[in-house]
Amino acid sequence: MKLIEDKGAPDFSGWTCPLPLVGYPTIVMGHGGGGKLGNELVEHLFLPAFRNRALENLGDAAVLDLPAGRLAMSTDSFVVQPLFFPGGSIGELAVNGTVNDLAVSGALPKFLSASFILEEGFPLAQLAAIVEAMARAAAAAGVQIVTGDTKVVERGHGDGCYITTAGIGVLREGIEVGPRRARAGDAILVSGTIGDHGMAIMSVREGLEFESQIRSDCAALNGMIAEVLDAAASPQGCAVHAMRDPTRGGLASTLNEIAQASGVGMAIDEARLPVRVEVQSACELLGLDPVYVANEGKAVFFVAAEAAERVLEVLRAHPLGRDAARIGQVTAEHKGMLVARTAMGANRVIPTQIGEQLPRIC
Amino acid sequence: MKYLTEFRNGEIAQRMAREIAAITTRPWKIMEVCGGQTHSIIRNGIDQMIPSGVEMIHGPGCPVCVTPLELIDKALAIAALPGVIFCSFGDMLRVPGTEGDLFQVKGAGGDVRVVYSPLDAVELAVKNPEKQVVFFGVGFETTAPANAMSVHVAKRRGLKNFSLLVSHVLVPPAIAAILQSPGNKVQGFLLAGHVCSVMGYWEYPPLAEKYGVPMVVTGFEPLDLLDGIRRAVVQLEAGRHEVENAYERIVTFEGNRAAQKMLAEVFEVTDRAWRGIGVIPRSGWRLSEAYREFDAEERFHITGIHTQESALCRAGDVLRGAIKPAECAAFGKECTPRHPLGATMVSSEGACAAYFNYGRFLSAEELAGAKTVVSGQ
Repeated sequence: MKLIEDKGAPDFSGWTCPLPLVGYPTIVMGHGGGGKLGNELVEHLFLPAFRNRALENLGDAAVLDLPAGRLAMSTDSFVVQPLFFPGGSIGELAVNGTVNDLAVSGALPKFLSASFILEEGFPLAQLAAIVEAMARAAAAAGVQIVTGDTKVVERGHGDGCYITTAGIGVLREGIEVGPRRARAGDAILVSGTIGDHGMAIMSVREGLEFESQIRSDCAALNGMIAEVLDAAASPQGCAVHAMRDPTRGGLASTLNEIAQASGVGMAIDEARLPVRVEVQSACELLGLDPVYVANEGKAVFFVAAEAAERVLEVLRAHPLGRDAARIGQVTAEHKGMLVARTAMGANRVIPTQIGEQLPRIC
Repeated sequence: MKYLTEFRNGEIAQRMAREIAAITTRPWKIMEVCGGQTHSIIRNGIDQMIPSGVEMIHGPGCPVCVTPLELIDKALAIAALPGVIFCSFGDMLRVPGTEGDLFQVKGAGGDVRVVYSPLDAVELAVKNPEKQVVFFGVGFETTAPANAMSVHVAKRRGLKNFSLLVSHVLVPPAIAAILQSPGNKVQGFLLAGHVCSVMGYWEYPPLAEKYGVPMVVTGFEPLDLLDGIRRAVVQLEAGRHEVENAYERIVTFEGNRAAQKMLAEVFEVTDRAWRGIGVIPRSGWRLSEAYREFDAEERFHITGIHTQESALCRAGDVLRGAIKPAECAAFGKECTPRHPLGATMVSSEGACAAYFNYGRFLSAEELAGAKTVVSGQ
């Protein structure tokens, strides 16, 4: 287990290990049993960090008050290495990932569950830092972590800490968005620079040192998306037809998926893609294409053309959308495919990747 | 990024393309030797910009593509051995051997790791004294200095658990082989800029002279490539056949002397089999006598390799420039990046993969109804 000690490392200053945990600086098998040690983790770590009424009951299930209407539910597992990276940690990812999946479905995220699979020997101080990060992320996103579970696996059977979160959100009235709803003529908007998260992870994982540090863009998008949907609402219906957060596989995979789900083509202009200089440089160095690199704090919107500029303005006014750009449009041609106009003026197809991008020999 | 963005200016590129059109009076066939250049030409659509009479023929300069099948099979066998950490550059992992690829070996429990430098593999050997660490050292003259450095360092540090599975190939003999082949159509060459950054270009004037073909040392960005093409066309139109340097910001006539000295010490010239092409005399490097103890082939004595290439794959014809990828009957059908029959469909520098990934095989009408192509990968 390696804690990356750089600017991305967690801030322990605000956290003090409560007395009953001091005897065990690391996770032991007993922390996953139903006994006292497990209870101590709950009482001294999870409860104080996540504190809310539903959780405090410590029942076998959280009992929730929800308004009548449609609900959205999503789940995701997080196995990132390293656990701490410039711009965040597995804790923020676990909260924001599920929050964003709900938000791009048109839901207002409300409640999360969190399950931890911990490896024997995992430092408690790191677990505490992760839990603190989750608590901060949940507060920032306006969601509550209302139920959870902890299991411990023997040393060598895990990678320190895995987290699975599930979330419930309440669908907004009058919002009908979905991957099958993109229409020819829609404008394609992206909320900011692409590839930041993937290159931040790669730069620390591979020990690549760049002059300026690349930080993950990990963030909860529900606030920004709510503002977008407010702006897109009209008597004729919502001008946003589809949304997605381009995580694994990057922007290219998202555009290909929506193209295939909606039975439309996607045409983008490479010159308009927002990419940080340091991300582009790192990609050049490794022979990677930023359109395939993961994001954790970006959303792509498919918006009726007449509302596109209005939505873009709202995005750019939001702190998470400052670099938002209109990158292309949905077409009736080349159905199921993403075609990019290169800076040279030629067209190229951008297919779905087979697997991970592989750094080139030379 | 400074030296990249200014060589990617679309307006200047259009102007250069018009300039090439203005000076071209006859059809010409020009080969870019290097796979990195093929990739850039197709990705940026350079071949669409230049006049249709100037045809770019894609050369054999993709290290992943020309590494012999037998060596890939040996790599798979060594990587599967217990106690071995097998290190490779990323894009070798998906190259098909006779049975499977390195990813499959990894999935079956082999310790296969992607590294960014052969020296990282040397470090792994230092940290894992109980393991045998093998680095898959393939490539042209470009990657050779770093590979040479790895065995040099391993020897200096007295490492007994590091070795190199080496299959280096050389550009000048390949160019000679192409020019000697009976069906050769190539009239001019863009020389590989990064190979020349190591080796200089002193090896090429005798070739240009002997075969009467112009050669231009060329870079990889769109404006570099257009400048290389323009200079080649100017020479062809004038009936000249000289070696020119259009990549002066990186390449000198002498090249990197320190690197060449290291290469001469660590490697010696040998005959090499090129995948899809065959044996080209004196076209590669192997470890010299002084470094032979670091040769993974000697260390592991892998025997019983029976290679079998796909009967459908025409990678050899593609690598020789005899056909374009889409002219192979298996292209996009039996052979896709998901199920490659030959290495040219795997590497990002392979001509078949470049054509497939950038959709260059599709006509405008096909593009309109091309969903099956993507979903059928």
